[in-house]
Amino acid sequence: MPIQYYIALASCLFCIGVAGVLIRRNAIIVFMCIELMLNAVNLLLVAFSKMHYANAVTSDAKTIVGTDAQLFVFFIMVVAAAEVSVGLAIIVMMYRNIHSVDINFLNRLKN
Amino acid sequence: MNAIILSAAFGVMMMLCSFLLKNKGSLRHIASIALLILLVANIADTYGHTMFLINTHGMLLFNRFGMLFNSIAIGSTFVYVLLTGKEIEKTGTYVAEYFVLIFFVLCGVTLLSSYNNLLTLFLGIEIMSIPLYILTGSDKRNMKSNEAALKYFLMGAFSTGLMLMGIALTYGGTGTFNMEAVRTFPNIYKGLASFLEILGLLFLLVSMAFKVSAAPFHFWTPDVYDGAPSVFTSFMATIVKAAGFIAFIKLCAVRMNETSGVVNWQMIYAILIVATLLVGNITAVFQQSVKRMLAYSSIAQAGFMLFSLISLNDLAYEGILLYAAAYSLATIGIFAILVKMKDISLEGYNGLAKTQPALAATNMVFLLSLSGIPLTAGFFAKYYMLAAVLKTGTYTWLVIVGVLFAAVSVYYYFRVIQAMYFKEGNPQTEVITPSFKYGVIALAALIILLGIFPNLILNWLYF
Repeated sequence: MPIQYYIALASCLFCIGVAGVLIRRNAIIVFMCIELMLNAVNLLLVAFSKMHYANAVTSDAKTIVGTDAQLFVFFIMVVAAAEVSVGLAIIVMMYRNIHSVDINFLNRLKN
Repeated sequence: MNAIILSAAFGVMMMLCSFLLKNKGSLRHIASIALLILLVANIADTYGHTMFLINTHGMLLFNRFGMLFNSIAIGSTFVYVLLTGKEIEKTGTYVAEYFVLIFFVLCGVTLLSSYNNLLTLFLGIEIMSIPLYILTGSDKRNMKSNEAALKYFLMGAFSTGLMLMGIALTYGGTGTFNMEAVRTFPNIYKGLASFLEILGLLFLLVSMAFKVSAAPFHFWTPDVYDGAPSVFTSFMATIVKAAGFIAFIKLCAVRMNETSGVVNWQMIYAILIVATLLVGNITAVFQQSVKRMLAYSSIAQAGFMLFSLISLNDLAYEGILLYAAAYSLATIGIFAILVKMKDISLEGYNGLAKTQPALAATNMVFLLSLSGIPLTAGFFAKYYMLAAVLKTGTYTWLVIVGVLFAAVSVYYYFRVIQAMYFKEGNPQTEVITPSFKYGVIALAALIILLGIFPNLILNWLYF
């Protein structure tokens, strides 16, 4: 498949994620949308890795071009997991205090 | 390399200390000794005495600039722990963990000052940010702290998502994560590859602007800085922010400094600078709480630090280091006094000069340094920033804008001085120990010393 299809899919997922972060007011859903953004990036990285490999393998059969992007995906997954653990802890802490996960409560800070 | 590995190791060591030691005071002393060792190890590393020989395959690049910034960051943290260590203990029950998180943040900071690969940039930003989310929410019963933590976390994770998209697109365009290879990528602006690369760099720019709170991506800053416990705001607003700038300037030096081509990067920075200075300075004027005023002033100071991105010459590199030191030390000093005040609104400072003359005098030195009055470190920091832009020959109008906004900033800093010296009142403070007093006096003396001899820091860059 041409790379454009992957780019289109990944950018669609990414835009859904960004729109969700900007529009939704439930902290958990905002959080899920952020994860969606990260996963769109993972998809894009793997697709690019394959693309660069396919370009390089025509001139050198033993090339390792593209492996770095796949390694990067693992790093993103690990960091995302660490972020999830901290983020969910923060959301639970907030829920214990105000019994809601609505971000609009944040506006109280401004007054 | 010393600083990266030792800071992580000290973090783990502090974790073990939390099991073994029940005495809160000794934890603070262990942390300050560990910071001192870290500082010495980093200086030794600067002169080639590295303890760990690890082949990073070009993912990390150690140079004098990054090393000196490490020293400044670790030194500022040392000052911070000495001055406000007792307040860290009062924040909550898990004292050792706060020091652990501070060491982990330092690990991220030292990684950011030496990254040479987009992967290490990402890891550095995350290692620096994730502990900070926890520190922001460390006052668990306080609703403001909770909400600040949630807001900081969501904004931080969102900007990380943007950064990753930027990295992925840059990779799609150039086929590498290595900064050196990105730099030498053929400069042809046509086809899919260059389109992806430009888009990726723009995403990276936006996410870094989020991290250093440059307008129009600053909106999370006042709420987060205001809501977080004051001791940790002090840490967030100084060392972490300066590290963000070091990462930003290294990223810009790669490719985001061309004026020819599709995107005029310098023009983007100029717009960012004007917007940041405008928003930070004008909004700070109207604040009644000193803590919130400092949050906006940190946005305004970020505007000045952004000047180095336009010029990117030797003066800019010297200037950003001097700025990092001057701004960090002065802000740490102001916050050290702020956490001792019972009322942190402007009225709370009324008449401080009568009851606590030493605190009022040192606070005045810190405020003068932030506003850039001569004979303080802040003056030379601002001077280097503006001189660097003048040296490039273009964007002279930006210097005039900078000077004008520096004049505006004098107004709101002087309001605090006016409250302390010329207004009647009975300010309530916590118990001020003599050692704290000598600490802030020494810090004020250091700031004046740096204001007279800025080369005390800059010489480290060359000798």
